[in-house]
Amino acid sequence: MYLSVLDSRQSLFCSSVSFEQIGILHKRFKQLSHNEDTLRRDDLNTIPDLSCNPIRTQIIEAFFDKRNFHQNGEGTVQEISFEEFLVVMSHFRPPALDMTEEQREIIRREKLRFLFNMHDTDNDGTITLEEYRHVVEELLSRSGALGKETAKGIADAAMLEVASISMGHMEPDEFYEGITFEHFLKILKDIEIETRMNIRFLNMDTTNLCK
Amino acid sequence: SGSFLLVYLYIFLVVFVGIGLPIEASAPAYQSHGTEGSHLTNITNTKKAFPVLAVNYEHVRKPFEIALWILLALLMKLGFHLIPRLSAVVPESCLLIVVGLLVGGLIKVIGEEPPVLDSQLFFLCLLPPIILDAGYFLPIRPFTENVGTILVFAVIGTLWNAFFMGGLLYALCQIESVGLSGVDLLACLLFGSIVSAVDPVAVLAVFEEIHINELVHILVFGESLLNDAVTVVLYNLFEEFSKVGTVTVLDVFLGVVCFFVVSLGGVLVGAIYGFLAAFTSRFTSHTRVIEPLFVFLYSYMAYLSSEMFHLSGIMALIACGVVMRPYVEANISHKSYTTIKYFLKMWSSVSETLIFIFLGVSTVAGPHAWNWTFVITTVILCLVSRVLGVIGLTFIINKFRIVKLTKKDQFIVAYGGLRGAIAFSLGYLLSNSHQMRNLFLTAIITVIFFTVFVQGMTIRPLVELLAVKKKKESKPSINEEIHTEFLDHLLTGVEGVCGHYGHYHWKEKLNRFNKTYVKRWLIAGENFKEPELIAFYRKMELKQAIMMVESGQLPSVLPSTISMQNIQPRAIPRVSKKREEEIRRILRANLQNNKQKMRSRSYSRHTLFDADEEDNVSEVRLRKTKMEMERRMSHYLTVPANRESPRPGVRRVRFESGLSV
Repeated sequence: MYLSVLDSRQSLFCSSVSFEQIGILHKRFKQLSHNEDTLRRDDLNTIPDLSCNPIRTQIIEAFFDKRNFHQNGEGTVQEISFEEFLVVMSHFRPPALDMTEEQREIIRREKLRFLFNMHDTDNDGTITLEEYRHVVEELLSRSGALGKETAKGIADAAMLEVASISMGHMEPDEFYEGITFEHFLKILKDIEIETRMNIRFLNMDTTNLCK
Repeated sequence: SGSFLLVYLYIFLVVFVGIGLPIEASAPAYQSHGTEGSHLTNITNTKKAFPVLAVNYEHVRKPFEIALWILLALLMKLGFHLIPRLSAVVPESCLLIVVGLLVGGLIKVIGEEPPVLDSQLFFLCLLPPIILDAGYFLPIRPFTENVGTILVFAVIGTLWNAFFMGGLLYALCQIESVGLSGVDLLACLLFGSIVSAVDPVAVLAVFEEIHINELVHILVFGESLLNDAVTVVLYNLFEEFSKVGTVTVLDVFLGVVCFFVVSLGGVLVGAIYGFLAAFTSRFTSHTRVIEPLFVFLYSYMAYLSSEMFHLSGIMALIACGVVMRPYVEANISHKSYTTIKYFLKMWSSVSETLIFIFLGVSTVAGPHAWNWTFVITTVILCLVSRVLGVIGLTFIINKFRIVKLTKKDQFIVAYGGLRGAIAFSLGYLLSNSHQMRNLFLTAIITVIFFTVFVQGMTIRPLVELLAVKKKKESKPSINEEIHTEFLDHLLTGVEGVCGHYGHYHWKEKLNRFNKTYVKRWLIAGENFKEPELIAFYRKMELKQAIMMVESGQLPSVLPSTISMQNIQPRAIPRVSKKREEEIRRILRANLQNNKQKMRSRSYSRHTLFDADEEDNVSEVRLRKTKMEMERRMSHYLTVPANRESPRPGVRRVRFESGLSV
């Protein structure tokens, strides 16, 4: 079972993910899906640790988003197999020490693409103002009414910043459609995403958990 | 030509002050009040003319000398930056030591006894401001992300250095030709423990000027702060043992226990005082003027309390500063915040200057016993053990790190391990019963000179040569801030999905605990509910607003800038003059409603604000401000005009003009 997964996805996994880690993830998958072969949204909804996370819905949606399966698909699915689960998790692998600059760039693009897909919910290739506002609102969703107002202001300011950095200069009657993936890359290039967006796959032991 | 004149004048002043000090020290007291009194009883004997003018030096001697020394130190500092190219090549610490040497030499030539850096003075007065400054402005995120690595370097690295050097020096002393056969193992180990610790003052002074990338900076700097516990324990341990002469296994075990007590105890003491300070600051809304004093006094008390119990004072100070900062900053006024910042930078600057000058003077003064082999071996061993230690430890650490340390990073970490005044003071504290005391002092001073001069001066060109990553010029970007927070939540969530109780899980738990329980007690008013992103956004708006107010005018709308019109498809109507005036009034009122906090991320000694604010508003910045103002104008256009009520949760702010909003 593990071998077949590895053969087809060999190119995705660098030296930082091992057989052992795949085994641990498989155990977790079985635990979440109650020993079935596919995972559903409800299975993820029941994880207690996720309940107080402000962007819970987006995270769960990301697992069922076909764009993250590296198969040029679109839209969402209702259930995923272990293979697809692994592919989504592979977005969080740390880069190896001996990578070249090009390899780092590829990984950076991959991770930022994942983030972009989380924001771009209608899959039109751009993050519109409404979508960005929604993102900020969710982030501040636990601050009550005050948060909603300020969220709008923050999202607007952020959008303006992106427009200023990417476009530089626009006529008053021109309209900035939304953040494209290239603009997204540009504004987040200083954030060193390849080192920050990682889960340590080592030392994972799911037997410590209660659920 | 003008600056050269200034330089000559300045050198003259230095010489004058330098000579003046000891002359005044030996000036006899012309008249004292005591004798005045006795004159009254013998008034029939001799009647002198009423003294219109009298000199009484003894009366003011001590404060006068202290003030004069500090003035000398500050004039030096002033002078260095006047001489055009000097400060770019030579780090300030070197220049100050040279000045100290000159002044010490001058004093000796006069025939007076030059003052030595008194250890009491050093540990109780000169060191705390520097450490508090470092601890209060410690960048928390990089520190906590790398705390494992820092601890490994601080504890294991220092232990390795101490034993390696002590052991090899003992082996050296066994060789007959060196002539030091009287030195036993414990004395050598004691010496090793003194000279092995990386010094925070020296590291700060040198790294301040090279602007290295954040990771390496926090590694070396964090190590220099946290190794204090190890140094304290080793020093006390070996001092005790060398008196007794023998070591048992029980003693070693007690030593290990002592280490944990010293370090954790120090942190605990600091944290307690930190919480006290935070709690006190909750009630200071009516007595804003004394707010900074609470911060300083509680921190100093933390330091003194832990020194009293022989715990690590440095770790107490750091813990105190780190613990109290988030809560205190939410409570105190903007002016108090600025005051704290300025005073800390000022005091630590003066302290650092004085320390280096006194190091120079003490070198001239101190009793010396020179032994070529011993001293040269010490210097070489220092370097070798440091390099070996760093390489070895990095090899192990890299197995556990996501962001591995490259060879360049390792080199800078090894090369940046400077020794400084703490080593000297510890050596000076050695009682005279150690027959090797003078030799040790000489060796320590030589090591300090070598690291500060050679390593300090060459590190800057080496950083350039090796093209080591420099500190990023970070402008606060709201997109980066949003995504930093987004990433935090995302990674916590994915950890939850994996079932992995990792880094982010515990961080999230701590944050939640902080928000529900701790902030409620320590932060005044309703502010504790405010999430970070909103606080960041308000800070940014405030910064821009202040820039606009300083430039004195609302700029006119330029046609070529990007505004909300470009982003929102809504057609924004042309504004009438009257409406524009009304909008300006509303804007001014609303901008003043924002909180007046301007947290800039500087922990550098030389810049207190981001360069943006101190410089004159340049054309480019003005244009950017105009852009922002226009955006805000359009933003408020979409909001009903009668928005007079202040937003909920905003504290009342009192302005200089008496206007209270």
